[in-house]
Amino acid sequence: MSTALQIVVCGSIVPDPLQTLEPVIGAGGPSLKNEMMLPAVLDPWAAHALYEAAHLAQKTPGSKVWLVSLGPKAKLQQVMMTVAQKAPFELVALDGPASGFTDSFETAAALAAAIEAIPGLDRARLLLFGGWESASRGAGSTMQMVGERLGITEQFQGVDQLTVREDGSFEILERIEGGRHQVSTCAAPPAVLGWATGHLPEPRNNPQVGMQNMRAVMPALQRAKAAAIGNSGLSFASVSLPKQQRETRIVKNMRAEEIAREIVAWIAEE
Amino acid sequence: METILLLAHTEPDGTLAKPALEALTAALALGGELTIGLAGAETAPAANQVAACGAKRYLAVTGEPFAQARYSTDTAAAEALCRAAGASIVLAPSTSRWARALAGVACRLGGRIDTHATNFAKQNGAPAVTRWFYRQRMEAVLSRAQRPWMVLLDPGCFAPWSGPAGEANVEAVPLDAPPTRTEVTGVQAPKADEQTIRPDAKLLFVAGAGWTKKQADGAVHAAEAEGLIRGFLRASKASLGGSKSLVDLSGEGEAVLRFMTHLNQVGQTGSTPRHPKGLSTCCHGEEPHVVGWRFIHQRRAINLDANCGWARGKADVLYVADAFEVMRRVNELLAR
Repeated sequence: MSTALQIVVCGSIVPDPLQTLEPVIGAGGPSLKNEMMLPAVLDPWAAHALYEAAHLAQKTPGSKVWLVSLGPKAKLQQVMMTVAQKAPFELVALDGPASGFTDSFETAAALAAAIEAIPGLDRARLLLFGGWESASRGAGSTMQMVGERLGITEQFQGVDQLTVREDGSFEILERIEGGRHQVSTCAAPPAVLGWATGHLPEPRNNPQVGMQNMRAVMPALQRAKAAAIGNSGLSFASVSLPKQQRETRIVKNMRAEEIAREIVAWIAEE
Repeated sequence: METILLLAHTEPDGTLAKPALEALTAALALGGELTIGLAGAETAPAANQVAACGAKRYLAVTGEPFAQARYSTDTAAAEALCRAAGASIVLAPSTSRWARALAGVACRLGGRIDTHATNFAKQNGAPAVTRWFYRQRMEAVLSRAQRPWMVLLDPGCFAPWSGPAGEANVEAVPLDAPPTRTEVTGVQAPKADEQTIRPDAKLLFVAGAGWTKKQADGAVHAAEAEGLIRGFLRASKASLGGSKSLVDLSGEGEAVLRFMTHLNQVGQTGSTPRHPKGLSTCCHGEEPHVVGWRFIHQRRAINLDANCGWARGKADVLYVADAFEVMRRVNELLAR
């Protein structure tokens, strides 16, 4: 593989999926109860994007990975202690909200400005990675807008596989309806790739990589500029947890044949 | 009064698919002046298909370059249609094609976009979107001051529009295909009899990690589990979902359910499919029972744990039984 790549991964933090979440509405709009106290993780699909980026960079000599992350500085620092051990990258931090209730339009503007400010970034070799959706807002719209602001019109979403060829072109598998993948080829970077799960397992913690990363992560966090993400023009009439609680019929001591008959009859019901 | 543009891409035969017709129902219910914008290799059949819907204008970007689902050409077509219509609200079905492209169009137009809308209707006289946040954990109703406001409507939330076909007067929106470095070369899909994801299935079958655990005899029966599940899917035509723990095991190359991939995963980092019925087996945890089947109407579970806190209160019926034994009998009955 000849061309060294410059891979920028956009990824923020989300509450640990095992946490119970409760919305509260304050003067500034909705947020999560005790949001700053909730343990956080790197957004799962963005994490897949980071692992794929690191894997690709390792296979392509001279390549480099940046992680551009918008979130409360203190929470970013906590999450980076773990993430930094997974893969080599350079952090570009923005100090701002990581809430699911912030608007993707303004988030994209802040991320694009941060990417534009990366010293020496060669747009002709740029692959812009991120999760195709977040586990917070789940909009699937931020990456496209970042791409638009950077003038990148080769974009792919729901990516599960990227294969870079010898001539620098690449083949992409994107999720489409019905458990299928659309196969495309793109002649060259720059391109935006919103990753779904990909094929790589989560890397094991590597303390050596962690120490190397953390030397640059701490200064990056100290340098993090405040990103004011206002939700101008957006108003929430309500945010609520689903109240649905079902009366579950617990069936014990029924023979397997009878259960099977009941299930088959239920499946056949219109 | 809002002006509304319904954006739809056509199918290979030039007609509109069900998600587009569902979005048309939502657009008509909003009550404003409606324009229909079509993009595709052929657009006349689609316009004629909905000629009787009451739309004021029919606009179309037509041509072979717009046949393929590709960001550069789809954004160009949608942008041209939006500019030609000048509508304040743009409604579109949340197909993979529009989900890829329309956020970029909103950015170009200086508008805003909301995706995965499950409802879009007037509240207190103004249009409001209902959508879920934090992966189906909480539901919000929101509205926006900015225009154009683009809304992608999730499939299955509205009844598809139906009416007689007619002859629509279509205004062509001229557009040269933009330069692109991307070529769509095809679609990868499992063979028909190996396809386990069936969005239109009446039943979602969710398999949990319990299928790969040691059974009563102290041994793991992964091959038998695979046979039972595949046999059930073949006989019932159900769609297959998997819990994260089970799918992760498959991804790590363990000898478990070989047909299970991340595409099957339901829950926080998987999908939240819509089916009338759901049957979960050997599942324990919040993700399959709460998030994964948020949009499943009738729910039943087979589980050895009578106190499974996730099935209780979330399923209509919890069978406390050995799923291997039950599914073996179910398959026998279905085979008759």
